[in-house]
Amino acid sequence: MQPRLATYRKLTNALVVGLSGFSALIGLFFLGWILMVVILKGMAAFSPDFFLKLPTPPGVPGGGLANAIVGTLLITLLSVLLGVPLGILGGVYLSEFGEQSKIAAAVRFCSNVLMGTPSIIVGVFIYAIMVYPLGHFSGYAGAVSLAVIMLPVVVRTTEDMLRLVPNSLRESALALGAPRWKVTVQVVFRAAKSGLFTGVLLAIARVSGETAPLLFTALNSPYWMESLSKPTANLTVTIFNYAMSPYKDWQRQAWGASLLIMMGVLFVTLVGRFYLKGRKTP
Amino acid sequence: MGSAFVLPLLILGLFVALTGLSLPSIKRFGLHFIVSPAWNPVKHDFGALSSIYGTLVSTFIAMILAVPLSLAIALFQVELVPPVIGRVVGSAIELLAAIPSIIYGMWGLFVFAPFMADHVQPFLARIGGNLPLFKGPPMGIGMLTAGLILALMILPFITSVTSDVFRMVPAHLKESAYGMGSTTFEVARKITLRYGIDGVVGAGFLGLGRALGETMAVTFVIGNSHRISASLFTGANSIASTLANEFTEASDPLYLSSLVELGLILLILTVMVQILSQLWLRRMRRKTGKGM
Amino acid sequence: MKKFLLTLFLIAFMLVMAHAGYSMTLNGAGATFPYPVYAQWAYKYEKLRGVKLNYQSIGSGGGIAQIKAKTVDFGASDAPMRAEELKKYNLFQFPMIMGGVVPVIHIKGVSNEQMKLCAKVLANIFLGKIRKWNDPAIRKLNPGLALPDREITVVHRADGSGTTWIFTNYLDKISKEWHKKVGTGKAVSWPTGVGGKGNEGVSAYVQKVNGAIGYVEFAYALQNGLTTVRLENRAGRFVAPTIRSFQSAAAHADWAHAPGFYMVLTDQPGPESWPITGASFILIYRVQTRPNRARAMLTFFDWAYRHGAGIAKKLGYVPMPEKIVKLVEEAWKENLKDTQGNPLWK
Repeated sequence: MQPRLATYRKLTNALVVGLSGFSALIGLFFLGWILMVVILKGMAAFSPDFFLKLPTPPGVPGGGLANAIVGTLLITLLSVLLGVPLGILGGVYLSEFGEQSKIAAAVRFCSNVLMGTPSIIVGVFIYAIMVYPLGHFSGYAGAVSLAVIMLPVVVRTTEDMLRLVPNSLRESALALGAPRWKVTVQVVFRAAKSGLFTGVLLAIARVSGETAPLLFTALNSPYWMESLSKPTANLTVTIFNYAMSPYKDWQRQAWGASLLIMMGVLFVTLVGRFYLKGRKTP
Repeated sequence: MGSAFVLPLLILGLFVALTGLSLPSIKRFGLHFIVSPAWNPVKHDFGALSSIYGTLVSTFIAMILAVPLSLAIALFQVELVPPVIGRVVGSAIELLAAIPSIIYGMWGLFVFAPFMADHVQPFLARIGGNLPLFKGPPMGIGMLTAGLILALMILPFITSVTSDVFRMVPAHLKESAYGMGSTTFEVARKITLRYGIDGVVGAGFLGLGRALGETMAVTFVIGNSHRISASLFTGANSIASTLANEFTEASDPLYLSSLVELGLILLILTVMVQILSQLWLRRMRRKTGKGM
Repeated sequence: MKKFLLTLFLIAFMLVMAHAGYSMTLNGAGATFPYPVYAQWAYKYEKLRGVKLNYQSIGSGGGIAQIKAKTVDFGASDAPMRAEELKKYNLFQFPMIMGGVVPVIHIKGVSNEQMKLCAKVLANIFLGKIRKWNDPAIRKLNPGLALPDREITVVHRADGSGTTWIFTNYLDKISKEWHKKVGTGKAVSWPTGVGGKGNEGVSAYVQKVNGAIGYVEFAYALQNGLTTVRLENRAGRFVAPTIRSFQSAAAHADWAHAPGFYMVLTDQPGPESWPITGASFILIYRVQTRPNRARAMLTFFDWAYRHGAGIAKKLGYVPMPEKIVKLVEEAWKENLKDTQGNPLWK
């Protein structure tokens, strides 16, 4: 090999290595920048009032987002109650029963399509089938739209996690004479428990920061909710409204709400990751 | 086990509901809707072109920035540094995906847009001021800023899938290349990339789908105006941002129906991306003989 | 897993039950123009009477759309609906509050009420024909001002808006070219500029962009210390936006002879009149299926007419004069019925 060529090759190599290191730095830099801004600006909004009081109209000092915090928790919870059981059943079907069939392939495809569907389209859809026919915005409609977004995530992770359960386990249970459903519930589920839990957590993380589908469904409200059948306060729509407002007080609270949501989502994500790592693949 | 069929039903429902609601607009404008740049609620004349244009251009900006960057980061964490550091960097980059899009929007509007207006855009205007791309007042809000934030948002998805693909490259291939005296870059280019190119394309599709439908972050910074302009500094809009801004406010049936038809177009776009990526995955599976 | 889900379910159930205690919440949505005053009225009224009013400022277009879709108890709009259209949807409309729409600017070195603009220049800026702040036409009106060589960024509303309706209605009246090219509407096809969502969004963009000009409801300019301008009115005088100049414009309105209270207050005569003045309207159904809610709603509006003037003035709005309140409440008696045909307001 000629020496000049070798130098050239080494230089190119150094350049590329340097560039890729630089790219990683760019990514980390932006992550740090965003986290820092949200934490600094968000912390400034935290106070007992922020967590305990209701919002005040612009120009009236004080006030907090207590109702929106509770609203977001409830809407998310309800969406979990709707989306998770359905999603797990769907995943079980794909992994345990329909595995190779044409129908399963179609279902899997639909699941992928739904996962790629923009959340705002889901919002429009739920507005069309729930808000408009029923005649009012409601927390329920918000929860349903989140459940629709969550569904394919749960289906996918459930299927993946159940797949990890070794077939020998199923076969031995079947050989002992257990019916198929019993094998699924008592053996396969148990083996994949922490994996399923992770899936649920990741699904929660996916939806709890969603704003677009709530804009047309849950709307918002400055009061404590009386029931989920009314417009329901929630953090993300509040952030959207407050951030676009010109009132300094509201903008500050929008940062506080952002920090809260971000902490929640990151916490759930990290717990999910931790579980996934701690789980011994059986 | 009927629960699995909820998924196909939902997809069907999505198409039926959206098509049903957009019928008035489909009847009125026909195919012309897609190529018409008009968006005039006063004269009841609607067209999707400006929204489609904004969606595609902002996505394009995001892709040309995010794909090379993701490739470089994936190479960095898989090939260039010890696995421990690689994992830490990987997890950190993946955290970018966990940040809700509305927070990208807040940060974009309050922190990033002023930064663009004060530093980046004047700089671009100075070096490329004669190009139509960088014409107009540097106001920080607009197509370019939206594209940049989108790039940042899809970066973790592409990076994560790409680095998974790179990890699957058999070690003996790489080692034999090293053994022949190849540099790190040569191994990356000739072995890792070539072996993983299909996976990288799949990751690109994933990012593409994300970028097309991203709503909140874009709505905050894109500038929300129905205009087609060559300049990346001016305000624009995307299908998703138009929906977020105008959906609850369309007082007239044709207006509402046109908005829903925009949504339908976006749905079809994302489904097409999905189908392409699925086909690609299948091709890849056949080629490598194993699942991903 | 099952236990986990069950616990979640129980917690949810209890939380929902805990808040199921009955208290009335009236839901309204619409114009962002009167949002600050409606929000403060509602805040005070809930403290006094315990009745909640949830008003979401989603834009006038939204107010009309949502009342037509019956997703709210009342809608609010700054663009009045015509009598025929009201009849078609069986809706009733009345004015609640008046105020002014003001052009706001952001130019380093130019302070509040310093810049003078005439109707034609304003129209040409929004038509995109005047592109720089040191344009001769602007310089001629402002000989004393140091105007920068900076491009003008027009900021308009991105959503359907009554504020836009009032503003474009004014431009439509004073500029033939505007009338031909753009017209009047809650959302129009803007020749130039960027869009902000709500009065809030426009305020925020104008505050952020050096060289911007936008238009907002006066209260938003006041609250945020935005830079306003003096406008030439029909009498040829340059007036500043103040409650007095709005009141002067409102004084010329003849509500008694306006079917369906359809009234536009732009470009009114009078030497003191602010040219871009408007009223904000409430929309409710003529026949109310839930008379108790409807009565609670009317009681709130009555309270706001009679006791809300202080709050309104402090925020930069013009309260409805007593004479017009009487007129409106007479119309309530005549027009608003429950399903049996009994009047709702006595």
